[in-house]
Amino acid sequence: MSARILYIASNTFREAVRDRVLYNLIAFALLLSGAAIFVGQISIEIERLVVVNLGLTAVSLFGIVIAIFIGIGLVSKEIEKRTLYTVLSRPVRRWEFIVGKFFGLAGTLVVNTFFMAIGVFAALLYVAHKFSKPDAFILVALYFIVLEFLIICSLALLFSSFSTPLLSAVFAFSLFVIGSFADDLRAFAALAPGVARWFATAAAYLVPNFSSLNVISAVAHQQPVGLQLILQNTLYALFYTAMALSGAVLIFERRNLK
Amino acid sequence: MTLVTAGGVTAPFSLLIIILGHTSSPLLDTMAAIEILGLEKTYMVGFWRKRPKRALLPLHLSVEEGEIFGFLGPNGAGKTTTLKMLMGLVFPTAGSARILGQEWTNPEVKARIGFLPEQPYFYDYLTARELLDYYGQLSGVPAKDRKRRIEEVLDQVGLTDSKGIQLRKFSKGMLQRAGIAQAILHNPKLIFFDEPMSGLDPLGRREVRDLIEQLKLQGKTVFFSTHILSDAEALCDRVAIIHKGELRGTGAIEELTSSVQGKVEVVWQGPQIPASMKALSAECHVSGETVRAVIAESQQDAAIDALRRERRRLISVTPLRTSLEQYFVEKLQHSETTAGTIA
Amino acid sequence: MTPRRTSIVAAACLVVSLTASILLLHDIDAIRPRATTEDVLYISSPKILKRASLGFGGLMACIYWTRAVQYFGHRHFLHSHTYHQLAPLLEITAALDPHLIPAYEFGASFLAPAPPDGAGEPVRAVELMKYGIQHNPDNWRLYYDLGFVYYTELKDYKRAGAVFDLGSRVPNAHPFLKILAAQMAEHASEYTTARMLWTATYESTGESYIRKNALEHLRAIRVDEDVTNLEAAVARFEQANGRVPANLWELAAAEHLTGFAVDPDGEPYDLTFDGRIQVASPDNFPFITKGLPPGYKPGRPKFHTPG
Repeated sequence: MSARILYIASNTFREAVRDRVLYNLIAFALLLSGAAIFVGQISIEIERLVVVNLGLTAVSLFGIVIAIFIGIGLVSKEIEKRTLYTVLSRPVRRWEFIVGKFFGLAGTLVVNTFFMAIGVFAALLYVAHKFSKPDAFILVALYFIVLEFLIICSLALLFSSFSTPLLSAVFAFSLFVIGSFADDLRAFAALAPGVARWFATAAAYLVPNFSSLNVISAVAHQQPVGLQLILQNTLYALFYTAMALSGAVLIFERRNLK
Repeated sequence: MTLVTAGGVTAPFSLLIIILGHTSSPLLDTMAAIEILGLEKTYMVGFWRKRPKRALLPLHLSVEEGEIFGFLGPNGAGKTTTLKMLMGLVFPTAGSARILGQEWTNPEVKARIGFLPEQPYFYDYLTARELLDYYGQLSGVPAKDRKRRIEEVLDQVGLTDSKGIQLRKFSKGMLQRAGIAQAILHNPKLIFFDEPMSGLDPLGRREVRDLIEQLKLQGKTVFFSTHILSDAEALCDRVAIIHKGELRGTGAIEELTSSVQGKVEVVWQGPQIPASMKALSAECHVSGETVRAVIAESQQDAAIDALRRERRRLISVTPLRTSLEQYFVEKLQHSETTAGTIA
Repeated sequence: MTPRRTSIVAAACLVVSLTASILLLHDIDAIRPRATTEDVLYISSPKILKRASLGFGGLMACIYWTRAVQYFGHRHFLHSHTYHQLAPLLEITAALDPHLIPAYEFGASFLAPAPPDGAGEPVRAVELMKYGIQHNPDNWRLYYDLGFVYYTELKDYKRAGAVFDLGSRVPNAHPFLKILAAQMAEHASEYTTARMLWTATYESTGESYIRKNALEHLRAIRVDEDVTNLEAAVARFEQANGRVPANLWELAAAEHLTGFAVDPDGEPYDLTFDGRIQVASPDNFPFITKGLPPGYKPGRPKFHTPG
């Protein structure tokens, strides 16, 4: 059972690579080095700020885009192209297929992020000439970004299991934007009167909470990130991902394939 | 078995009967490879008010091990629906099936069957070898056997030279062969083909036909659906005919086409039709320089004599058999008239 | 596992994960330093933010407005004495959407007053009002808000009068603006003017928390007035009788009154042994300046914005 999931995951990874996904790293490298060089004239404080902010934001945005664009087609493309027929006619359980696809995409993003992280630290070293202790928290910020990716991948997969690629992209992207303002949504819910309050509160808790996973600004200002927050965020991301994947499995299990 | 206890006198006879029974009815010791027990599928179609559309009426069918079984019908008859249900791609509205003795929903069964879908499409970013390796992994072929088996199968379908080329560059015939390769890679006992010859040129079709015959020689069971009757005639042991979701008839090819009508067809060089021939037969067709006449078998010699007397050149004398096509059309027409109630 | 069993497991997993993630979110909210939005505003330049909003300034304004309200309410509840981020948050809100009127009202009521009831930045509040008037010249309420700040916090009666006068010329302006302009010119008694201002605020606003605020101020004015009058009566008694009245009954008798004063909650005032007047429960009157017991430290406010 687990072997099949691994095979599906590695095939998904291979597909992404052959789709030339990893070429985005070139664009990223260009962006970051350009920024590092141009900002080189100003004082060290701002340089550092720009590199960390820009670098981490780029890691996040590039990754989200990749996660959505590949994720939305993971299932729907296979159904559309009927490549799924010869897979499901083998002893592969439908849920193994979903889980395998998820790990393949998540794995692609982790690898991508790994290379980007090297780039960010390289740029940081270039402008600041040395690392200081608080820079370790950049790793925490990167880790949180990876957690964001897990959530987005699982959501994209969920939508892919029942919706067309276009709609899935719209839904996933909307959830990303709303999730980034999850804090404000909850604040708004607290202010809303009557029935609207219940709807707003429910929405505020259902939407993925990307605002707590975004510590880019704090880390850029060399603020520490607490251990408890790291723990809770990890658990939250795992549970949310599990929820979305369970949904995807539920939908896919009963789906008649055309 | 009851014969054995009939008594000592009948014992030797009964033994004989038992032995004969064994050899003449192979059904006793082989299990059905496929047993379809009332599978049916009704779709709800429409945007606002959904109406039921019966794609498949309750189907009862069984396929024996070791035979090549043809599932015939025009396009849209329900062949692909049936296959998809057996593969677990579509869920039946009612009914069940047993494949190789197990419930069709049991995933373990899939390790022992192969499937080639209609107009298959594979991951085009993979090469043939990579594709087979992936499928082999998913089918549970052990790593040490995989490599060898892949080479064997590629050779069998004639893709050895193309194994390193990405599938996006394959022609239609090559894709079909790759499809067959993935269907037989894990050495399944039972293989399903959905329209395996569709879109192939005559050479390709010949190759596929040969391959299917090879599979039978290896002791495998083949179930394939097609709307091309000549293929079925050439390959199948038994066929079933399906039309508008309903089974119209099943039987062995020989039985279905063996109804020699006791007639022969005589072809001679015309265009004249001797009076004696006219007397023997009502059906004389002239086409260009030749004339065809259908006469009773008993009159065969009289006809030949008549032609010789009239100095007509005899071209051929052929006994008539119902073709599968005739049987097919007959079954369809018959059901057209009796149907009407089917939605 | 059959498809049915898988579905059941998946459904169970979904429910469990959903519950767990909601509970965790609750916890995370508690842990996270609200500092992220408040004390460390990384982009405090409204201009940059406006550009970064990519044309969605209106939406961003709403978001910042919500944050401003949350920020103030939360800190006020904790009885904080500093509200450093309130001015920037309101300024950003106004920059992103100059027509978001409630932001200006909020500024007048809570940016100008001294802590703990406000951020103690009347000058910035004035700037904010002026910005608002510039972009919404036909909104009479903004003139009122500005005059209010001049009068209450800055004690600049001349400017207050000028602003009320300007505002009264706006079409559909509330009539009391004219009266207020006149009042300023006359320097009428403080309590009367203050009462007028707060009544005007109470009646004209639609925001519930501003109303509550105004109501508390009115109650405080009443208390202050009562205490002033009572202490004047005590002084008169002392002069007449050479000692402090024993209790309020004695004082009432001396003043030829049939009853004695109670505070707006109906509690009688206290007369201390040294002739001072105090309210029975100072915690119920957040804005009073008189009638407080010596060494009184305010506890948790009984109300906090927003509603």
